[in-house]
Amino acid sequence: MRLVLIGLVAGTFSSLFGVGGGIVIVPLLILVAAFGTREATATSLGAIVITALAGVTLYAARGKVDVPYAMLVGLPAMGGALIGSAAQKRISGRALTLAFSALLAAIGVWLIAG
Amino acid sequence: MSTTTIVLALGLGLAAGVMSGLFGVGGGILFVPALVALGLGQVEASATSLLAVVPTAAVGTWRQARYGNLRVRPALLIGVASIVGVEIGVQVATSLPEDVLRRLFGVLLLAVATQLAWRARRRPRELP
Repeated sequence: MRLVLIGLVAGTFSSLFGVGGGIVIVPLLILVAAFGTREATATSLGAIVITALAGVTLYAARGKVDVPYAMLVGLPAMGGALIGSAAQKRISGRALTLAFSALLAAIGVWLIAG
Repeated sequence: MSTTTIVLALGLGLAAGVMSGLFGVGGGILFVPALVALGLGQVEASATSLLAVVPTAAVGTWRQARYGNLRVRPALLIGVASIVGVEIGVQVATSLPEDVLRRLFGVLLLAVATQLAWRARRRPRELP
């Protein structure tokens, strides 16, 4: 039952913002369903495949999905993610994370003000 | 679509992927602003981002399953239950004015930025 509720919340969040929903699923699995961090992250990814597929299907039915753009951004991102997670072990640092956090905040302000 | 746009899209995609791998955030949170920067509306950016999220999450799931971290039944249960929520989210996203949705997404980015900064602050000092 808890998992069903997590799914409902995550699904709404995911399609509303165009994100996978891991930001919601991972902490909820840890706090509400007593998952360990690794299990929560992995299980969240598995759920996201279904959630994102559902989102794409429902948005595509409304003509909102731009397939060429998804491929142009998504395909290099898959390669980039492999590079990023391999590099993570070597260059994980507080300064870098704080810089990234500042970048996200700047984009957030740009979207709010723009 | 011009050559400049294509090169820019490829570059933004690569950068989004590297950052998501480096910092453990999902791709979508970076795809959406990248797509908005490329000129898509907020709803189109969300919808298109989700298509780019599918293969990324599938590859991640496959890797995690090999590590033995994936719990299949909870993942399926959450995923299937999420479909109802997805329909609600799509309804809300398509009925909200675009600029409201864009600002809400901006607030989400600020929240994630805060969470990351908090995590970095709490991380023990032995890391270089």
